[in-house]
Amino acid sequence: MIFFWVGRQNIVLSFLLLKKYICRNFFYNNLHKFMYKIKSAEFLAPGIKRFVIEAPKIAAKRKAGQFVIIRVDSSGERIPLTIADSNAAEGTITIIVQGIGKTTKQLNGLNSGDCISDVVGPLGKPSHIEYFGTAVSIGGGVGTAIAFPTAVALKQAGNHTISIIGGRSKELVLLEDELKIICDEVYPTTDDGSYGFHGFVTQKLQQLIDSGRKIDFVLAIGPIPMMKAIAEVTRPYGIKTVVSLNPVMVDGTGMCGGCRATVDNKTVFVCVDGPEFDAHQVDFDLLVQRNMTYTADEKKSLEKHECRLNSLN
Amino acid sequence: MQEISKKDRMKIPRQPMPEQQPDIRNSNFQEVNLGFTEELARMEALRCIQCPKPTCTSGCPVGINIREFINLVAEGDYLGAAAKIKQDNALPAVCGRVCPQEEQCEAVCVVGKKNEPVAIGRLERFVADYEREHVGIRQPEVKPKTGKRVAIIGSGPAGLSCAGDLIQMGHDVTVFEALHELGGVLVYGIPEFRLPKEIVKAEVDGLRKLGVDFQTNAVIGFTDTIDELLANGYDAVFIAVGAGLPYFMNIPGENHNGVYSSNEFLTRVNLMKAYKFPEFDTPVFDCKGKNVAVFGGGNTAMDAVRTSKRLGAKNAYIIYRRSDAEMPARKEEVHHAKEEGIQFLYLENPLEFIGENGWLKQVKLRKMELGEPDASGRRKPVPVPGSEHIMDIDMAVVAIGNGSNPIIQKTTPDIDYNKRGNIVVDEATMKTSKKGVFAGGDIVTGGATVILAMGAGRKAAAAINNYLSV
Repeated sequence: MIFFWVGRQNIVLSFLLLKKYICRNFFYNNLHKFMYKIKSAEFLAPGIKRFVIEAPKIAAKRKAGQFVIIRVDSSGERIPLTIADSNAAEGTITIIVQGIGKTTKQLNGLNSGDCISDVVGPLGKPSHIEYFGTAVSIGGGVGTAIAFPTAVALKQAGNHTISIIGGRSKELVLLEDELKIICDEVYPTTDDGSYGFHGFVTQKLQQLIDSGRKIDFVLAIGPIPMMKAIAEVTRPYGIKTVVSLNPVMVDGTGMCGGCRATVDNKTVFVCVDGPEFDAHQVDFDLLVQRNMTYTADEKKSLEKHECRLNSLN
Repeated sequence: MQEISKKDRMKIPRQPMPEQQPDIRNSNFQEVNLGFTEELARMEALRCIQCPKPTCTSGCPVGINIREFINLVAEGDYLGAAAKIKQDNALPAVCGRVCPQEEQCEAVCVVGKKNEPVAIGRLERFVADYEREHVGIRQPEVKPKTGKRVAIIGSGPAGLSCAGDLIQMGHDVTVFEALHELGGVLVYGIPEFRLPKEIVKAEVDGLRKLGVDFQTNAVIGFTDTIDELLANGYDAVFIAVGAGLPYFMNIPGENHNGVYSSNEFLTRVNLMKAYKFPEFDTPVFDCKGKNVAVFGGGNTAMDAVRTSKRLGAKNAYIIYRRSDAEMPARKEEVHHAKEEGIQFLYLENPLEFIGENGWLKQVKLRKMELGEPDASGRRKPVPVPGSEHIMDIDMAVVAIGNGSNPIIQKTTPDIDYNKRGNIVVDEATMKTSKKGVFAGGDIVTGGATVILAMGAGRKAAAAINNYLSV
């Protein structure tokens, strides 16, 4: 490049100046395309990684409950991921990714200094936050990370906030320390009893209800069977319950209808009408069914990815 | 050459467009039409009788000087012909391929009265391709910088043509695109076999070289609002976001796995390259050996059904509630579709999608007959009682039209909209009810054509230039 002829110090200087634009993982950087650089990346639990990404415009606008659509590289698919946190001053957003299929596993293979090809947002309607009274935020697995910003917002709105963190085992109980700082009560639960309450989040919620606590609002985010089960726990008491749906998405702006779900017997586009909905009106079975559309392809893609990784090692 | 008499010119038959064979092309995504050779182009250009009062120009939505450019082709000055077209049409390589010439210039061609019309579109394509392949897309002169900045929302045909004009006038232009690729419907909607993406990329690169700034992953309304754009240094805004809201038929069973909107199906295949899965990560329904039904009769329906054939569908059907004569699709697309083995079922209307374990298995159809003309002038389909029947299908694409994506509407309440969600503009100036904000293309007209969108983009550029010069 133009600096090379002026001596070694200038080469180092120019490299440092250009480092801002260099992504470790992209051999060719499209200089006129904004690349989303990863500032930090760390595993919170096996298979669950937290990323802080440079995305100033998104960070400036983002509200709790909103998501981004990410495309890792130029042959990648577009997937939605909830924005767990943001820092407008630093111009960064935080996402927490559970590596399940090819794209999330590929993403979890990236580290600080790497770039993501495309990040678009903030998308979706922000969480509806108001003073309810006593609000319970329930997270199952990585759902805890997704619910985290809304739990913060609920507390800021003056609610007495209770957080139930569900994990299959102790290492999958996420963000307990962070939630203890914000929420009034925090109850970790594990399926295998290795930590906290031995049982499902539904059982812990039922326990709280049975103990006579007046609960005014429940937010539940996690695997679909969990959200469905929580809805059934609260339905007989008429407790307002909100869930965040996770359909397959492509564009994320309401242009394709791929994310359609049935809520209150009407078709909605989760990307623009949601992603949060009244749990008692959601047709969870339809969501499960539609999410199985590409199961065979997802398996194929993952096998190809893992085969490639194995051949590189 | 000019010594050939008008009578003899009119005897020259319309030159055939070299194309891929139907049974080969219906399993690949390469372009169907291969383009005129120089010999074919010169011969076709000779068919034009150079009318003293040409009617063809009045048939063109942007008024291209057709007689002049065809004369230049006949003389062998292809680059001159390209320049002539570009005086009025920013993207001839695109329009030559996708314009419905049979309803526009060629419909009023004088030669067409006695013989077949001059193949104006094919000549336009030839000239544009020639320029691109031989000298690259030529850069017109750019006037001195005015210091004014314009934000264009949408990188489809309206946005690109507006950007091309404004940058030449000396203004600074930034184009905001919600998707990760530029081109709008030219890249997500129109398939590779009708419009190679390389061509769109070449046009965009040409604009970039002139100084247009493109920002992808920018959803105006979310990432920035129009008010913010105006507050942050943009002197004018052109809304060209297109018709990006899929219409469904709202019949039972429409949410079964295997029922797609045309937007989703085409976006997966065209934009995300699902036909190359797993080399590309986005999947699409596996059509191999299956029965696919596309509901609709426009160009989008043709694109969807021909795409499903290329993905291996055993039977690919168009199911349309009117008859062949009422189909709005471009004639060449219908013709190519039939050659490729697409089966057309007319006068059938879907009532219900029937599934098993969440997967689409059948559709219940009812026969229709044509009654009196409706508001669009086409005969209205009327159900035939008791004619319900069931058809086995594995995948369905709903291609019945698109509405306006409401993101801009919801985030800019001081812009006037009509009942259908389209932005209301002054016909002459493309101005909306909001100061400094203009709009054009499908967001104003509803789903229409590329050439109309481009015409709107150019009209808006002229109006914005006037607005900024005051």
